Amino acid sequence: MAIKNPEQELLESNIQVVDPGPNSILGPGHDYRSVTDRISGVVYLPWKASPKKWLVGAFVSFCFVNLLMLAVSYLFLRGVGIWGITIPIGWGFAIINFVWWIGIGHAGTLISAILFLLKQDWRTSINRFSEAMTLFAVACAGMFPILHLGRPWLAYWLMPYPNTMWLWPQPRSPLEWDVFAVSTYMTVSIVFWYVGLIPDLATMRDHAPKLWMRRIYGVLALGWRSSAIHWHRYQKAYLLLAGLATPLVLSVHTIVSFDFAISIIPGWHTTIFPPYFVAGAIYSGFAMVLTLIIPLRSWYKMQDLITMRHIEAAAKLMLGTGLIVAYGYAMEAFFSWYSGDPYESFMYWNRITGPYGFTYALLILCNIAIPQALWIGKVRRNLLLVWLIAIVVNIGMWLERFVIVVTSLHRDFLPSSWGIYIPTRWDWATYAGTLGFFMLLIFLFVRLLPSISIFEVREVVHEERIEAAHVS
Amino acid sequence: MSHDSALGGAPGVHGVMAEFENPEKLIEACERAYESGYRRMDAYAPMPVEGLAEAIGFTRNNVALAVLIGGICGCVGGYGLLYWITNIAYPLNVGGRPLHSWPSYIPITFECMILLAALTSLVSMLAMNGLPQPYHPVFNVDVFAKASRDGFFLCIEAADPQFSIAQTTQFLRDLGGSEVTLVPA
Repeated sequence: MAIKNPEQELLESNIQVVDPGPNSILGPGHDYRSVTDRISGVVYLPWKASPKKWLVGAFVSFCFVNLLMLAVSYLFLRGVGIWGITIPIGWGFAIINFVWWIGIGHAGTLISAILFLLKQDWRTSINRFSEAMTLFAVACAGMFPILHLGRPWLAYWLMPYPNTMWLWPQPRSPLEWDVFAVSTYMTVSIVFWYVGLIPDLATMRDHAPKLWMRRIYGVLALGWRSSAIHWHRYQKAYLLLAGLATPLVLSVHTIVSFDFAISIIPGWHTTIFPPYFVAGAIYSGFAMVLTLIIPLRSWYKMQDLITMRHIEAAAKLMLGTGLIVAYGYAMEAFFSWYSGDPYESFMYWNRITGPYGFTYALLILCNIAIPQALWIGKVRRNLLLVWLIAIVVNIGMWLERFVIVVTSLHRDFLPSSWGIYIPTRWDWATYAGTLGFFMLLIFLFVRLLPSISIFEVREVVHEERIEAAHVS
Repeated sequence: MSHDSALGGAPGVHGVMAEFENPEKLIEACERAYESGYRRMDAYAPMPVEGLAEAIGFTRNNVALAVLIGGICGCVGGYGLLYWITNIAYPLNVGGRPLHSWPSYIPITFECMILLAALTSLVSMLAMNGLPQPYHPVFNVDVFAKASRDGFFLCIEAADPQFSIAQTTQFLRDLGGSEVTLVPA
């Protein structure tokens, strides 16, 4: 890059970017100052000096956002008839994508809350990024049920509020539970993310090279001044938020699975759904974290902050949750046979051999067969392979939701009401559009806010100093 | 922490601030300041340091209590909302099933509890810390910008009864603090 300026030099400070390998979460030679400057340097970098890949990626995502606008505008004009949904398959892409996106969000909360409670040191450099991913994924997820309403402008009828119609939502319905679960999840995720950001926003305010930046970060930092007493209350609030977010994340996907499991449709009405949905959600979320973080850490030369230790640990968790998902598939098959219910066993047989059999085969290939390669240490430490497997898992988890939604609905109790679902170009356009929307938000996030929690990395530096003092 | 600097007999002065090399030295300085009888002071570090708040005599952290109250309100409020909708405002007879169908209230009650508890943790933490606060005297010290990067500071405030500009400055120097500066209010 031709442009050279103080901010750029901040980024290329004297510390070499060395990936310390799978045993350490921080590269050698870092102190409080260097980690601060490195992480905030990415944000201070002038737009013109952004990596070319960032510019191309952001532009392509922006084009897809426009596609989303187009697809949604047409939907508002013509109604849900432009999608492939029919009777009996009333839940098509909208619900598949809703469940897929919300599942992706769950890894962010797992990393930031559950791994925090479990005192996993490797969560530190990737928690901020994963939380942002959660927010953006939930934003994408939230669009689909609303677009699917038919009259999306009346979406506020889902909330209970006193109205002149004297009408109230039905709070015994899992769909209404979903409204509360998803909106609570979104709100709590924003709170958790923002609380984590406050001290870093203060850092950005104190060291930004330009006055307007200092003003914006200053307003957002709320006057945070790093006081010991403030830190004390801060840590307590953060711990409690982690403790609240943990059962929340489990409840959200449990409730999402209730959308299916509370019904009586064969293939949906099973008790395995809540745990298997939660595991699947975390599985797909880790896949998305890896998909995003492997390229980003190399674009912004962060290999000494997001190290092989992070990648390998995430890959192991992906493998572990993938095995729980595999157990879920096995139990589904077992239940359908052991129940002795003809509709259940027909459903499963149809799922494997019916018109959508190929999706089931692909699902098993993507979600169960290919990820087993992660048992091998060499594969886990090969960035390209981990990245490819993560993408395969993303596809596999999308197929899982397709299989669950479509194969159960398309042939239920009465052969006279069987049907076939073929997504239209508008289905695909909406889905691709949300992918672009998600990616654009991620691209903007890494430019506008510190994508690694600076103060928590300083804590890591502090702990390493103490350890070094004990050794010597 | 307050602007009533007249108490300490030094108008226009918020306190005296010193920088310390690392977290361990800062904790030690805080402990010795507390032993010497100083009470109105605050320590500043770029990350949470274990034992630092305790060293300056801070023990009462009420965030957890506030969150508990928030959670209980959310839980009771959520259940009350559902009871009111299904039994009072819009009773709907579904095949003769009871109107007060509490098992189906659990998910929403739980979500409301988490929602209110989480919002309380944010609001109570900020409120107890007196944030958002547009102005604070410590930012008048130029070197204090390091407190959000790699600086460790102790500020003894003029509101402390023992405070005197000359003595406190000397005291902080004796503790090994560098950059001992007067903080204008």
